[in-house]
This record gives sequence, structure tokens and C-alpha cells, in this order.
Amino acid sequence: MIAWTFLTALIGSALLFLLPARRAGLARRVALAAALAGCLPVAVAVWSFDFGAGAGAAGFQLEVQREWIPALGITFHLGVDGISLVLIVLTALVAVAGILFSWNVERAPRHFFALYLLIIAGAYGVFLSLDLFLFLVFYEIVIVPKYFLIAGWGSTNRSYAAMKLTLYSIVGSALVIIGILAARVASGLDTFGLLELAAASFAPGLQLWAFPVLFLGFAILAGIWPFHTWVPGGHVAAPTAASMLLAGVVMKLGAYGALRIAMPLFPEGLEAWRLIFASMAAVGIAWGAGAALAQRDLKFVIAYSSISHMGFVLLGILSLTSLGVAGGVLQMVSHGVIASLLFAVAGRMLHDRVHTRELAVLAGLGLRRALPFAAFVFVLASAASMGLPGFSGFIAEVLVLVGTWGAFPLLLLPAGIGVLLTVAFTLKALQQAFFSRAAGGRESADAGAQYEPISLPEIIGAVLLLAAALGIGLYPQPWIAPILEAMNSDLMRVLLP
Amino acid sequence: MNYLELISHVLPEIAVLVTALVLIGMGCAGGSRGGGKAVLAVTAAGLGLALAAVVFGPESGRLLEGMIVVDALTRLFKAVLLALTLGTALFLFPGGEAGGNEGRGAENSALLLLALLGLLVVVGTENLLLLFVGLELASLALYLMVVFAAPAGRPAEAALRYFFFGSVAAAFLLFGFSFIYGATGSIDLRVIAKVLAAHPVEPILPLGVGLALVGFGFKVAAVPFHLWAPDVYQSAPAPAAGFIASASKVAGFFIVAKVLVLGFGVVEGSADWGAFAMGWAPLVAVLAALSMVVGNLAALAQQSVRRLLAYSGIGHSGFILTALVAANAEAVRAVLFYSVIYGVASLAAFGVAGCVLRARGADRLEDFAGLGRTAPAAAGVLALALLSLAGLPPLVGFFGKFQLFAAALSGGTPGTVPGLLWLVALALLMSAVSLYYYLRVLKQVFFAPAPADAAPTRDTSAGTAVCLVCGSVLVLLGLFPSLVLQPLQRALVQLF
Repeated sequence: MIAWTFLTALIGSALLFLLPARRAGLARRVALAAALAGCLPVAVAVWSFDFGAGAGAAGFQLEVQREWIPALGITFHLGVDGISLVLIVLTALVAVAGILFSWNVERAPRHFFALYLLIIAGAYGVFLSLDLFLFLVFYEIVIVPKYFLIAGWGSTNRSYAAMKLTLYSIVGSALVIIGILAARVASGLDTFGLLELAAASFAPGLQLWAFPVLFLGFAILAGIWPFHTWVPGGHVAAPTAASMLLAGVVMKLGAYGALRIAMPLFPEGLEAWRLIFASMAAVGIAWGAGAALAQRDLKFVIAYSSISHMGFVLLGILSLTSLGVAGGVLQMVSHGVIASLLFAVAGRMLHDRVHTRELAVLAGLGLRRALPFAAFVFVLASAASMGLPGFSGFIAEVLVLVGTWGAFPLLLLPAGIGVLLTVAFTLKALQQAFFSRAAGGRESADAGAQYEPISLPEIIGAVLLLAAALGIGLYPQPWIAPILEAMNSDLMRVLLP
Repeated sequence: MNYLELISHVLPEIAVLVTALVLIGMGCAGGSRGGGKAVLAVTAAGLGLALAAVVFGPESGRLLEGMIVVDALTRLFKAVLLALTLGTALFLFPGGEAGGNEGRGAENSALLLLALLGLLVVVGTENLLLLFVGLELASLALYLMVVFAAPAGRPAEAALRYFFFGSVAAAFLLFGFSFIYGATGSIDLRVIAKVLAAHPVEPILPLGVGLALVGFGFKVAAVPFHLWAPDVYQSAPAPAAGFIASASKVAGFFIVAKVLVLGFGVVEGSADWGAFAMGWAPLVAVLAALSMVVGNLAALAQQSVRRLLAYSGIGHSGFILTALVAANAEAVRAVLFYSVIYGVASLAAFGVAGCVLRARGADRLEDFAGLGRTAPAAAGVLALALLSLAGLPPLVGFFGKFQLFAAALSGGTPGTVPGLLWLVALALLMSAVSLYYYLRVLKQVFFAPAPADAAPTRDTSAGTAVCLVCGSVLVLLGLFPSLVLQPLQRALVQLF
């Protein structure tokens, strides 16, 4: 049943590729239908998920297992636990919102949405796969659509940025493949099943090099410092929907792979390398925030803030405390929602109307009056991004910091600096984009008349994402509980002391 | 053994030979001048008959001390070769307007079939001498095909280069085989394997195997025996290049794998990191590493798409040889599987390159600009073929490469670092590099605007049909690799 999450996206994508050119107007409706259809199995999964299943079981529910390539011991094996559950909810949410925010795509919409749905399918598949080969298939399906979306529909320096992002992704995947093959060969088992391989024990000598290879392969996609340089260019060049997906979902694929595969497979390697990677994550928090402060382009600000926020994710999962890991996973969801929202405002609401993202130029336009809804959404999203109480960012970052306190107290210093800098760059961007006095006093009551009004799809999309950010912030328990539960499964338990 | 039995075992070869002779007759009678369609019909009918003879013929047999061998594996690969040749033949006749081939369609087809005949013989024998004869038959026909449609000077130059390199390689091969015969007293692979297992290795044998490897390295265009490939791929008529890159390469890898693993499994040696042992494995590992690095890096700098495909093909030879180093049943399966899907993807890529060449008169990257709009089917199939070569899911190239690398590592003992990891890591790195130049092509195809004055490239019916078949094979096998893997697995069980 849960296979229908990505099957609907794949079917939608195939339909769009085959859609006759004269019906191109239908494309966005087909895409929205496919994304909504994908929400159904997600909803059913949430509905039928047994939240009190308790420890002892393998921890995965709603499993699907079919024979696929018996010659190599590869099976079509899917399953859901608390961690993948919250992440497929995030994917469903961002998928729908991204289509709503690209309702105005005019250039080859069929191919745009077909590629978009391929990425969605890949994301669902990654979060659900329990067979490592199947996981790799979905993990790599995402790469080429990203390239085409950015190179075909992007903006600033798109050709270079798309190629750079793609090559970083493919090198990351190459490292992941090496790690997975090493695990399979060293285990001596004839399977690519994650649960079977994780149950095997690996020699410490192997773990010592296999873990960093595998972890780094994943962490590159999660934007870990100093391998984050593909993030800003790629996210800025991407069209709005692709930026939302890249920051909102695709970076999480890397973090999820690190948590779900690299860490449980090689726990001793993890122990040896933990401090190094955690330090890199903490530096990334401060580095990303500091770089964001120096940007003049609104989208660059958001892109660098993503690096900072993803640092929290990695720091949280590397803390190996239940609170820290729960915070890290929750931060994936929280950042997924908030970054999508910020990119939507910057790319769709502002750039598509005023055709600039330069903060200095925006400051002169008096956008608070001209586009009040955009200003309203951006204020709330900024507050969430800063980690104000009541929003999802707050609870997630607090959990991560508490977890880090237990594991590496010293790393709180760069993380704390990052938090302060985040407040600084967010307020600066907010002030310049919306609340600065118009230079020539052009700010007037009818300033909004020159811009196309905010459309209904945009409002729905913004409300969806805002509701999620607020909902998690005000009542986080239903999100945290399944994550904590998942940490008790056979697979993940090795991580906690 | 009686003649009836002999004939029944070589019926596919006979069908191909007779068709080739009929085509030569048609050429003499001037039959092809009026109707390229008639030539195509005869060719297709002959190939169809041969395919039927393979499918409904005897299931196994070993005649004349291994000169003619029929088993599940040879039948499978004969069928693959026939199918790839049929695809090539359809490209030879792009809807009537035959490029530089006016009036020579019949002769061209006959040469194609003679080359195929050589490859069929190669696949269906375990006798070194007959293997050599088959390879030479295929090579001679290919030299002619490369030069045959020469509109200007360049193909002649390429053909000459191909011929010189080829004859030297053939000499190496024959010289190597003679040493092997001297060392083991046999030219039958099975007997050789038995002798090697029972007796200490003669000092002359490594020399023989090494010389034979040079010859094989030429056949599969492995560095440093690759120098002929870029010129030939670029200058030969597209169908001939497509045949060299698909059917000829499939047969090449088939025979390399069979000879090395079946005949010389005992003297494999080891290319494991820190545990090198002399044998053919370290040599093949070096060939593999060089081919991957040189092929993929040189492809980065190419402006001609066919030249780029040639270098990428050299790189792929490296990927395939990587698995061969492991030299077990799993490795042979991976090598054979990948060579087949490489053949299919190459055929599609050369087919599309041929379409562009006919329309624009050149095949530089810029000539592919706007293809996505003017010929969406061809552009889509080119994208599938190149992305499959790059090894991206859900196309079969991903599974193929994954299996190659898994097989390369499969020889290791559990619990330790796999010995061939260095080679696999290099292969994965080079595979990442390859994505860059494939994307360069696709960027032109889909995002660059077509120059206003250029003749638009249109999809042609026969070419499109072949392309679409290749494209669907790449997708379908990517989703369900077991469709080919299971028969291959069953066939290999008989061999080992």
C-alpha cells in the first residue's frame, strides 16, 4: 500500500511526459492530482500506524516485501517507522505546496512537472526503502531531474550551478555505493536487506574507514561544512518549486541516509568519527549563518540559512541522545517546511512580481504596503526560522541543543553563535525586504496596484506550510513520540548508549 | 557425427551466409539501385530465419572437439547478436535516402552479415583456431564497411588505421595462441583448462596469455590498444560504427570472458591491493584502470559526439574489465549482462548521432542544439541511452554497473576489506566524471536553441522504431533486470 506514494508520482510523471503538446495547459492539474493522490497513501499510513507498537519488534510497520532480483539477493522491501513516517508527511506537504507555488510556470510545464514528480517519487522511495539497492535506486533517481530543472528553468548562473550540484550529488552517491558494497561483501551475506546487514557485525578495521566514506557520502547531500559549496548556487539558481524541494526534502535524503544506514551499519566507526563530524556540523551552523549575514540576494540568504539549519540536524543525530536525535529529525521536518516557505516567498511572491531579489533594491520598493500578504507570511516564516517559541524551529533546535549539551558541551559554542547570527541575518533580511522606508518616499497606499495580486494557489500553499510550522511548534508531542519510539527499534537501538 | 547433425548445429550461421551471398548477387544484378527496400527485406528475412534457427534449433551439443558448441549461453548470445545486427541494418536504410550509400546498399548489407557471421562463429566455439578465424572474418568485413561508404578522404584514413592496428593485433593473438598450444598441447579451451589444472604451468604460457590479451585488448578497445577507436567511430558511416560499438563489442567481451575464465581460470593470479600475484588478473586490472581513466578524461575534451561516444566506449571497456578481474561466475554474469546493455545503449546513441549527421552534415555538440524540439523521439531516446551509459536509475545502466562493481568485490573473504576496492573506487569516480560529458550533450539537445539556418533534424520511421525499441529495453530491463538475468544465470550454471 505504501508503495503507492511513489507509484502515483511515477505514474503522474509518465503521464506528463506523454501528454500531447496541445494539452500542455492540463499539466499543472495532472501534477497536482498526482501529488494529492500521493497524499492518500501517506494519510492511510498515518491512520493505520500503530503508535504504541513498543520496542522489541523490528520497528517497521506496513511492510511490503516482494522478490525482485533474486540473483543478487535484492528484494523490493518497504517499511515505515516513526522517523520515516514524519518524513513522508513532510514530503507530501512540500510536494503539494511546491506545485501550488509553480502554478504560473509557462515554459514547457509538462516537462517541468514531470521532472518535479520524479524527485518526489525518489524522496518517498528513499524514506521507505529497507533494501539498500532499492534505496540507491531512489536516491539516484533524484539526481538528473534536479539537473534538468535547474539548467532548464533556473535563473542566476544556472548552467554552472546545476552542473556543480549534480556532480557533488553523484560523487556523494559514489561514496555511498562504495560503503554499501563494502558492507555487503564484508558481511558475507547474500542480501542487500538493511535489517540483515545491520545485524551482522563488522570488523573494527573495516568500520573505521567504511563509516566515514558512507557518512560523508550522505552528508554531502545534507550540506555538511566544508562540502556545502554546491548548496547556495544550486538553490539560488533553481526555479521556485525546485528550490523548495531541494531545501525542503532533498537535503533531508542525505541526513536520513546518514541516520538510517551509515550510523546503524557501522556503530564502532561512528564512535571513532563522531566528534569530527559533529564538529563539522557545528562549524556549519555558525558558518552558514555568518555567510547569510553577508549576502545581498534574498535567495542566497535563505540558501545559506539552510546550511546552518542542516547543521543542527547533523549535530542532533550525532549527539546519540534520544532528545538530540529526536530534535535532529524534527529539525528535518521543521526546516523542510520553513525553508520551502521562505523560498516560496522569495521566488514566487517577490521575484516573479518585482523581478529582483537584491535586498538593496527591494528596500526601495515599499513592499510591506505593496504586497502585504507576502510580508505577513515572510514575517511568520522568519520568526519560525529564528527559532521563536511557538514555531517548529524552536522546539527542534532546543531539543538538539539539549542533546548536544549531554554529548559535546563545547560544541554548544559555535552552535550558539550560529543561533545569534541567525537572528541577526533574519532580522536584517526582513527589515530590508519589507520594512525599510522607501528611499524616495514612493511608499504609498496604492503601491500594490502595479503588481499582480497574490493568487489563490499561493495563499493555499502558504497557509498549508504555515499551519504545519505552527502546528509542530505548538503541539510537538505527536511528532516527537513516534521518533522516540523509532529509536527503540532493533535497528536504531545500537545508537543510543 | 554425421553431416545432418553438423548442419543442424550451424543452421543460424548457414542462414546468415546464404543471405549474404544472395545480397551480393543482388548487388551484382544492380538490384539495390531501384529498391533499398528489397535489400532491407532480404536482410531482415535472413536475420529472422537465423533467429528462428537459434530459437528452435538444438539445445546443446559439442561437435568436432569443441569447434562448434551449442548451449544455452551461446544460443542466448547468438540471439542478442542477431537482434543488434537487425537494429544496425535498419539504421543502414534511413527511409530510402541512404546517405553516402547510394547504390551500394546490397553490398553494405552483405558485409554487415559477413561480419555478423564471423561473430556468430566466435561466440559458438571453444576452439582457439576457429575463434581466430571468426574474429578475422568479422574484422575484414568491418574494415571494408568502414571504408566502403567513403565520400571523402577521411574514412579511408580511419579504415587504414583500423586495418593496420587490427592486423598487428591479429598477429599478436595468433602468436599468443601458438605459445598456448606449445605449453598445453591443445587448442580446445576445455582441454587447456584440464591440462593447466593437472600440470605445473610451463614458463612459456604466461607469454602466450599476455600476447593473446594484447589481441583481445584491441578487440574491446582497451587502453593502450585503443588508438584506432576514436577515428573509426568518428569517420565510419554511423551504422558501421554502431555495429562496431554494439555487436562487435558484445562478442569481444563474450570471448574474452570465456577464454580467460574458462580456459585460464587456474593462472588467474591476483590484483588485490597488497596481495598482487602474477597471472592475467593484474594485467587485466591495469588495462581496466587505464581504460577508465584515459577514456573518461579524454571524452571530456571532445567536440564531436561520435568521438565522445568512442572515448566513453573505451571507458566502458574499463568498467567491464574491472568485474572480469574477479573471474568467478558472478563476474562473468555481470560482464555479459553489461556488455549486452552497453550494446543496446550504444546502438541507440549512434543511431541518433547518425540522424543528426545526415540532417546537419556534422556531429559537433552544437549540431545537436534544438534536437529536443525538432525530433523529440530521437532526443528522448538519446537521453535514455546516455543516462543509462552514465549509470543512473531507473535505467538498466545503473543496475548493470552496480552488478559489475558488486561482482568485482565478490571475490573477497567476508570480514576483510575487499581486495579490489581500489579498482572499484576508481571506477565509481570515473563514472561520476562520465556524467559530466553526457550532460554536456543533453544540455545542447534540450536547452540550446537550434540555429535558425540549420536544417531541422526530423525523426525517421525506421530509425525511430529501432530507437524506441532500444529505449524501452533500457527502461524495462532497468525496472526488471531479472528478465535477462535469470536466463543468463541458468545458462552460466551449465558452463561452470
